[in-house]
Amino acid sequence: MNRIIRREQLNENVVRIEVEAPRIAAKAQAGQFVILRVNAEGERIPLTIAGTGEGTIRLIFQTVGSATMTLAELQEGDEICDLVGPLGTPTPTKGYRRAIVVGGGVGCAIALPVARALSERGTEVISVVGFRSRALVILEEEFKEVSKQRYLTTDDGTAGEQGSVCVPLQRLLESEKDIDAVFAIGPLPMMKFVAAATRPYGVKTIASMNPIMIDGTGMCGCCRVTVGGEMKFACVDGPDFDAHLIDFDEAISRNKTYLCFENEARERHCRLYRKQVEDKQ
Amino acid sequence: MTQSRHTMSVQEPSERIKNFQEVVGGYQENEAISEAQRCLHCKARPCTSGCPVGVNIPDFVKKVAEGDFEEAYRIVRETNALPAVCGRVCPQERQCEGRCVRNKMDEAVSIGGLERFVADYHMAHSAVPAPRSVDGRRVAVVGSGPAGLSCAGELSRLGYRVTVFEALHLAGGVLVYGIPQFRLPKEIVRRELEELRSQGVEFVLNAVIGRTETIEELFEEGYEAVFLGTGAGLPNFMHVPGENARGVFSANEYLTRINLMKAYTENAETPIFFGKRVIVVGGGNVAMDAARCARRLGSEVTVVYRRTEEELPARREEIVHAKEEGIAFRFLLGPKEVLTENDEVRGLLCAEMRLGEQDASGRRRPIPTGNLVTIEADCIIPALGTSPNPLLARTTKGLVFQQHGEIQADEDGRTALEGVFAGGDAVTGAATVILAMGAGRKAARAIHSFLKQK
Repeated sequence: MNRIIRREQLNENVVRIEVEAPRIAAKAQAGQFVILRVNAEGERIPLTIAGTGEGTIRLIFQTVGSATMTLAELQEGDEICDLVGPLGTPTPTKGYRRAIVVGGGVGCAIALPVARALSERGTEVISVVGFRSRALVILEEEFKEVSKQRYLTTDDGTAGEQGSVCVPLQRLLESEKDIDAVFAIGPLPMMKFVAAATRPYGVKTIASMNPIMIDGTGMCGCCRVTVGGEMKFACVDGPDFDAHLIDFDEAISRNKTYLCFENEARERHCRLYRKQVEDKQ
Repeated sequence: MTQSRHTMSVQEPSERIKNFQEVVGGYQENEAISEAQRCLHCKARPCTSGCPVGVNIPDFVKKVAEGDFEEAYRIVRETNALPAVCGRVCPQERQCEGRCVRNKMDEAVSIGGLERFVADYHMAHSAVPAPRSVDGRRVAVVGSGPAGLSCAGELSRLGYRVTVFEALHLAGGVLVYGIPQFRLPKEIVRRELEELRSQGVEFVLNAVIGRTETIEELFEEGYEAVFLGTGAGLPNFMHVPGENARGVFSANEYLTRINLMKAYTENAETPIFFGKRVIVVGGGNVAMDAARCARRLGSEVTVVYRRTEEELPARREEIVHAKEEGIAFRFLLGPKEVLTENDEVRGLLCAEMRLGEQDASGRRRPIPTGNLVTIEADCIIPALGTSPNPLLARTTKGLVFQQHGEIQADEDGRTALEGVFAGGDAVTGAATVILAMGAGRKAARAIHSFLKQK
């Protein structure tokens, strides 16, 4: 169950795995996610489904905490202890003529299936993807396949245009008059800025939220997000919401809830890993 | 007959707030026999009529008195799929024991204690037979909490091949994610599940019905009836300013991190917030559980409740234990605002209340007096009840739901969809383990008669 059949390091910190999960693969739609537990002591973490194959799902993740570090250590043939999904409401990708898909960093892994779903439904996709630096650029080819126009930015200017995704986005909003929707998927501050950029143009903007979660079925309330003044649960009401209505500052604050704990766990994990390496030597 | 009720051993409060081990120890054999002999064997059997699953209490108590513990267990198990659980978590004072005629003489027979004793005795003295596969018509049970397990147990006794689908990675529902180890050891739940497996019940974990598979697909796969025991897991919040600050956790989140994810153990990777001063808002069993967990994690804990001690809905024993553990209670206070600094919790502003006229629930309604009270805290845990899980309502066509998301079902659990039955908190809204079990058992009977006619 849940066997990893392919593993690829996309950049220094980002890994793509393909996992056998026929039940989930049969149902998964763009924007949906899984919750997994790497091993019996592990935390339950949500990861958005980055694509599907024959009875398999693809997951792309950045090693940020202890759980993703452990997941990154698994090799082809290894199994993931628990995997449940597909969870969340699929991203609405029907009925758009032209749309801009904005992806930031590892968020591009989630932006890609959205861009693909749009393109398969006949939407003309303009993709705007941004990374910190050239070495971190991922999924370049994949985005080319599904985009009519493609813009790349890096913070340091080592690839594509220098600056944030908002630079080409702003230009597009000025020059292109018939954009039906903008999909923003990436770090919270990026999505906040995308929402601010599109607001004056009145373009429908959808952001994919990635809060802390436990069960993914509406039970813990830990993924609550304020949207238009109302409490929403990202796991069942989302993860996509109208970006113009999301309280991003609150979401940014809430994601820091367990920061101390996470830093400590990461330290612990690194120490353990170093010790294992030293023991082997 | 003059013998007074036997008390069970209890871990000292000063000790138990440092661990998550079970607070109450059970009876020894001689104590159980002696306690069972207190039963007057009255003709009316009010205890049994007070039991939501109708356990033949006088009969099993008689067997305990005779020292025939296995036979006593067999009698309990006839109607109760989870005796070791119920013996520990039922509000006996409002059910069987509340109706015991011995209350008029001195004190009720400790029926809960005896139920627990026979279940524990059975577990200690007999191995569970290996899981077996059975033939028979197939029934799907959605949710492995008390309602689902009770329904599955009864259906398998009636000869059906039952598969239980669970969304989480562990079966047991609220018994594993909600009720803490010190009140219901998870080994006990595991053992009860093994008993069901040995009866032929199968469990499929990590399966969210409504997402992973739909009810329609279950029928296509050959299940001839479906029971929905999806529970009430959606936490209610306070709906006051500041509620989304860092340091406010629903009791469900807090308890799930601790109980299901074992955040209190050294090796667990799931984070938990260690509050210095924790406020739990609410007065039910879940509030007591959250308060007592926080106490064990080293917090100073205050329970804030908007009515008085008399109206506290929690089980008596839990309130007594919570107080012994040094948990403070502030009554007649309703939350008004979470006070924050840099998005972190600093305290709770409360409105002082007085009790007015009775409301629809029969309890006196709290009315603000106009005075405000501030309590300092860095962590606030609302435990204000739960509503039915929202997922099925969004993904199942044809099912009818009530105002707060409760699945509409008749007395026997029949829903608007043919062959689909429901029971427990998913139908009633949040209630107790035993009421859910009663509903699960009833629905099993209804499924049986439905399939006989089909």
